[in-house]
Amino acid sequence: MSALTLNPSDISPARRILGGALRSREIAVAAVLVLVIAATTVKNSHFMFGANGWRDLLLTPSILLILAVGQTAVVITRNVDLSVGSVVGLTAYLTGRIFIAHPGMPVFLVFLIGLAFGGVLGLINGTLVAWGKVPALVITLGTMYIYRGVFLSWAGSNRVNASDMPDSFLNLGTKQILSVPLLTIVAIIVLAVVGYYLYTARGGRELYAIGSDPEAAQLYGLKVTRRILAAFILSGALAGLAGVATAARYGTVSSNAGLNLELQAVGAAVIGGVAIFGGSGTVWGAAIGAFLLVTINRALPVLGVQDFWQQFVVGVLIIGSIVLDRVLSVRRDRKIIEARDNA
Amino acid sequence: MVGQRTVSAVLELEDVAKAFGSVVALRRSSLTVTRGSIHALVGENGAGKSTLIKIVAGVHPRDAGTFRFLGEDVDFGSTAASKAAGIAVIYQEPTLFPDLSVTENIFMGRQPLGRGRRIDRAAMYAEAGALFERLGVRIDPRRPARGLSIADQQIIEIAKAISLDASLLIMDEPTAALSGVEVERLFAVARSLRDEGRALVFISHRFDEVFDLCDTVTVMRDGEYISTDPISSTSVEEIVARMVGREVAELFPKTPAPIGDPVLEVEGLTSAGLFHDVSLTVRAGEIVGLAGLVGAGRSEIARAVFGVDGYDAGSVRMLGRPVPRRSVRAAIGAGMAFVPEDRRSQGLVVDASVARNIAAVVRGGLSRAGVLTAAAENRASGPWAGRLEVKTSALDMAAATMSGGNQQKVVIAKWLASEPKLLIIDEPTRGIDVGTKSEVHKLLSDLAGQGVGILMISSELPEVLGMADRVLVVCEGQITADLDRAEATPEKVMHAATRAARPNDITPTTVEVPA
Repeated sequence: MSALTLNPSDISPARRILGGALRSREIAVAAVLVLVIAATTVKNSHFMFGANGWRDLLLTPSILLILAVGQTAVVITRNVDLSVGSVVGLTAYLTGRIFIAHPGMPVFLVFLIGLAFGGVLGLINGTLVAWGKVPALVITLGTMYIYRGVFLSWAGSNRVNASDMPDSFLNLGTKQILSVPLLTIVAIIVLAVVGYYLYTARGGRELYAIGSDPEAAQLYGLKVTRRILAAFILSGALAGLAGVATAARYGTVSSNAGLNLELQAVGAAVIGGVAIFGGSGTVWGAAIGAFLLVTINRALPVLGVQDFWQQFVVGVLIIGSIVLDRVLSVRRDRKIIEARDNA
Repeated sequence: MVGQRTVSAVLELEDVAKAFGSVVALRRSSLTVTRGSIHALVGENGAGKSTLIKIVAGVHPRDAGTFRFLGEDVDFGSTAASKAAGIAVIYQEPTLFPDLSVTENIFMGRQPLGRGRRIDRAAMYAEAGALFERLGVRIDPRRPARGLSIADQQIIEIAKAISLDASLLIMDEPTAALSGVEVERLFAVARSLRDEGRALVFISHRFDEVFDLCDTVTVMRDGEYISTDPISSTSVEEIVARMVGREVAELFPKTPAPIGDPVLEVEGLTSAGLFHDVSLTVRAGEIVGLAGLVGAGRSEIARAVFGVDGYDAGSVRMLGRPVPRRSVRAAIGAGMAFVPEDRRSQGLVVDASVARNIAAVVRGGLSRAGVLTAAAENRASGPWAGRLEVKTSALDMAAATMSGGNQQKVVIAKWLASEPKLLIIDEPTRGIDVGTKSEVHKLLSDLAGQGVGILMISSELPEVLGMADRVLVVCEGQITADLDRAEATPEKVMHAATRAARPNDITPTTVEVPA
């Protein structure tokens, strides 16, 4: 073990990659996910092999997955975006209103508008956080209520119904390509692009650096403000995308659209191994976390678990992940110190 | 000197001034560093060295004065700008990203890019490996920066500076936390950089290092330029006299004190991977020096005794009564006080006022009906700060704005307010100027005279030999020697501290020349 912490380069690349994979959080969460799906399918084969089972299995997590990806980009910088649920609701309603006003609007353009609108809301968050020097937790808690308030006063007692939106749009919500739902494909593309950027681009690595030690990032001469702003814009834009997707998927948009999604997004990231104090974690992990969170919620009723215990399990999952992180990091620090001592 | 500007001057600062609010950090400060030279910048703590460096680094803008770099007038608005121009600064406390690999730490913000602007990791690791090889260190390029010793963290910073191809490298007290071997390694690197034609600025309080490494020395005092001389034509006495501008009291004035009953008794203390079977006794009125190399486990022992960290086996007794493990409250209750090594992160609430910091330990006894007023804190802390001659315009000032020496005084004052029976002090004078140093030593000596037992961890041999009644040497987590004041010699201590190393490897470079 000490050889691993001190001189991992000495061992062969294949073994290093294998060792890294075995210890990686992503694999562990994915294993739990597979287990849950397997157990539920054994109990009721419709869960996976039913008429809509396969489709729902992939489709239901896709919206939370998009949000978890955006949330991860923010959390990595030692911030948090609690406004995404409200952004989803507001954008979903905006989508409906656009179709009511311009029924012939190209679907593609609506998605772009949703992205841009969410991006602007994210820009507001980022601006307040970056220049207000107030913790993101407080700022986005505030904007969460403000965006929700705007939504409620705009919508009033109205709601957008499926009949208000064109079929070509609604079909996207359930459309499948080679038996994979379109929204899932969109979510996976988003995941891949952001994941690739965070791992291989300078800007992505700087997000990690900023979250790891904001003061050091300043001394390094990194563009801290700009990067944080970008992370919030990304989170907002993806929430906007998720809002349009929500409208397409569910057809109706009522005032509670997107409610509590922000907490699920944070939960997904935490379960997936994204450190809440920034600096480490991947969008892959967050995505698998989102998948697990949604799937568990759907699986537990099938398994005959009562309502209360469903919430309980999710809570245990989140606390368990954090405790696991803590235990592992204490163990790792100790190992490193021991290795240094014996070096 | 003035007007004799040649192209070989890399950095020229003239009459630079800087004030933070009402506190004037720099009045008229000048510094000229030439290519292929290692330039020492010395001065007491609070003389303005760090502020000057931060102006060069682009952290603070200057209020007035000329700033030329490579012959051109410059004005850095950010650290990025100074970096891009070719200035690398290694700060006293290394600034690394613990979650990222050491390689990413070196190249952050300017990683080598391959096709499609994606980071070329293979090239990056290879380059980091080459840098480490050139520096003669064995650090895995893929390991995270978390858990690196301070010496290795500094190597990472230097690797960063080299990869930047900086024409000016500024090192702010780089040797403060290094052992002899590590200092030699650092100096070899510094000399090779000088021979490549780079300019280096070296800030240190260790005069033997300054005289060993540097070719020119500039002295600062109270934010003003005092003098610049070639090293060969000056002496330690001259420089010290200019630095303090007054007579320096004797450096290690330990006065004999009657030694009483044991205050602290530690037996068989063990913590896996950190220290093993440590037994020691500190008596009333006795100063016990804990010597050894950095990383030998001395601080870890102190932290375990004080209850900050746990331990696997052994016992700690204060005045004959056992002290429960892992309880700082119990340790303070039993009469222990602890002045940690890293005063910024462990000893001070840097954002709080001086008064609040000093009153922090005795706060319980100060409140009236559960309400603690600033006035009560000021009343309680006034005498202590006064006794330690803490230089701050008011007790309300934030501790963060003070110099290192004054911060250390506040930390000591904080614990003295609780009237301890045992004071554990880790590197009492690290990074502290000569004048303040002797004040700290006098204070420790006085405390011992009043019957306080003192356990002093120090990497500076003269300090240990001058102050301690008994010297315990720690090597690799074990006590390897227990020497009386009379029998403790530098050779014996160094031998015990480097049990594993061959005697030839030991160079007495960390020894500070007493003024």
